[in-house]
Amino acid sequence: MAVEMHSSDQSAARAGWRLRDNRDWLGALFMLPAAAILLVFLAYPLGLGFWLGLTDAKIGEAGHFIGWGNFVSLAHDAVFWLVVFNTTFYTVVASVVKFALGLYLALLLNERLPFKSLLRAFVLLPFVVPTVLSAIAFWWIYDSQFSIISWVLIRLGLIHRYIDFLGEPWNARWAVIAANIWRGIPFVAITLLAGLQTISPSLYEAATLDGVTAWQRFRHITLPLLTPIIAVVMTFSVLLTFTDFQLIYTITGGGPINATHLMATLSFQRAITGGYLGEGAAIADAMVPFLLAAILFSYFGLQRRRWQQGSAD
Amino acid sequence: MTAVPDMVARAENGRGARFLGVMPRRLVTLYLPLGVLLFVLLFPFYWMVVTTFKPDTELYDYAHFNPFWVVHPTFEHIDKLLFHTGFPNWMINTLIISVSSTFISLFSSVCAAYAIERLRYKGSQYVGMAIFLAYLVPPSILFIPLVAMVFRLGLFDTDWSLILTYPTFLVPFCTWLLMGYFRTIPYELEECALIDGASRLQILLKITLPLAVPGLISAGIFAFTLSWNEFIYALTFISSSENKTIPVGAITELVEGDVYHWGSLMAAALLGSVPVVLLYSFFVDYYVSSLTGAVKE
Repeated sequence: MAVEMHSSDQSAARAGWRLRDNRDWLGALFMLPAAAILLVFLAYPLGLGFWLGLTDAKIGEAGHFIGWGNFVSLAHDAVFWLVVFNTTFYTVVASVVKFALGLYLALLLNERLPFKSLLRAFVLLPFVVPTVLSAIAFWWIYDSQFSIISWVLIRLGLIHRYIDFLGEPWNARWAVIAANIWRGIPFVAITLLAGLQTISPSLYEAATLDGVTAWQRFRHITLPLLTPIIAVVMTFSVLLTFTDFQLIYTITGGGPINATHLMATLSFQRAITGGYLGEGAAIADAMVPFLLAAILFSYFGLQRRRWQQGSAD
Repeated sequence: MTAVPDMVARAENGRGARFLGVMPRRLVTLYLPLGVLLFVLLFPFYWMVVTTFKPDTELYDYAHFNPFWVVHPTFEHIDKLLFHTGFPNWMINTLIISVSSTFISLFSSVCAAYAIERLRYKGSQYVGMAIFLAYLVPPSILFIPLVAMVFRLGLFDTDWSLILTYPTFLVPFCTWLLMGYFRTIPYELEECALIDGASRLQILLKITLPLAVPGLISAGIFAFTLSWNEFIYALTFISSSENKTIPVGAITELVEGDVYHWGSLMAAALLGSVPVVLLYSFFVDYYVSSLTGAVKE
């Protein structure tokens, strides 16, 4: 018995030794493909982007180092500040509404329902379909002459003229925000639904026995337990909204008079359409502090609330 | 003190009236809002389908035809799209690019996730963190430096420019997802194999991977969909019509000046969505699990 123990110990120790011996270089070997891709096509361009922002590079021209020149000229550029406003407005409004409606939809889908998995499959559809292709559908829905929304509203007698959805600055802003919300609700709803399903029903049963109202149940059980996943989901949502490009490029192209230009579309316009790579890169760089702030705010902000409520995870 | 009997009495009353009382309430608080939200979420797709099959006479005449349905369905828009535009070409390009970049990403992600989760080499937890951060880097701030690189490498206007750059967002995503899957596979299985003299490669191929098949499917499907939908790189790195992908081709090639051929535009939107929607409908559960797995820690 003792001998057997000893030998198995030994073989385990030998296996462990072999494991430890190989680990580091095996690890390096296994990491090689992913590391190569990420270093060459992600880390290097990230650095290159910061460098380009400090040069006057044009397409097909290396350019010279000009220090903060691009940023100084952007700081005096009214269009740039309008775009910063647009991007912030777009992100804040769309994220708040996406969160509210997404959470509401998740709560509805968490009820006892017939054909639940089918419903869930349908809800996720806007997320699956290529954004540009559904954006083209929105472009058509917002058409100034043949908009189905205007047609319905006229038939209902609510308005008398076709709405110029994409021709008026504020109309256009709300129109693209609506399209973004439409595109983003499924992601929020389905991920929050997954979070809801992990909450133990016994908590709700206990609360029901204590005679709490539906609102109290939501406020004191659902919301606190959902907060960690809300933090992650909303961080992603804010990130994707802030850097949005496809919807704007497809539906309005940034117009009318730059009213819907976002930082990503402006940087594309200056860098690729206009050919001023350096200036475009500077605009893209200017997004970074906003992104970091958004991540810090939504992620750590909500994390701290979790700690304050004292639920150790 | 009076609260308890009061509640009991209310419960007694409620039981009898449940059939009468609960159903209308559920209708207003559950089915009605659900119906409205579903209608809004699905309407654009209905509109795509209706527009695709409407002849131009109905499309631009709301006075004589109700816009909500089709009186004389036609295939003229689909015919135009398939035989008179580059659409079939774009479809093939998108397919080649999506499949290749998905396979490259899956291969490198499996290796990386296995190394981070199971080999636990020195510093692997920091690499895991770095992968998560890489996942947060948006394509909108990478496309300018990448286009400069693509030019210098001579890849501009080739499939390779996209096959090599799509993994920048696919690898972090797949690695993160697979790390989660590998974590759920019991360590003991690998230890047994190790003691039986299996090499690390054998363990990965014969034990870990077969157990991680659902994770691989999830990651693969999601990666395929992400590359199918990708827009900004494809728009920036590709210039000639025959090399474009579906999203880029649809928005840049189907609009002639100020004339929008809504019928064929919607047909392109519809047909361009069909492959991913088909794939999605077969693997909904895998898709959902990758979506929710991606936001889990």
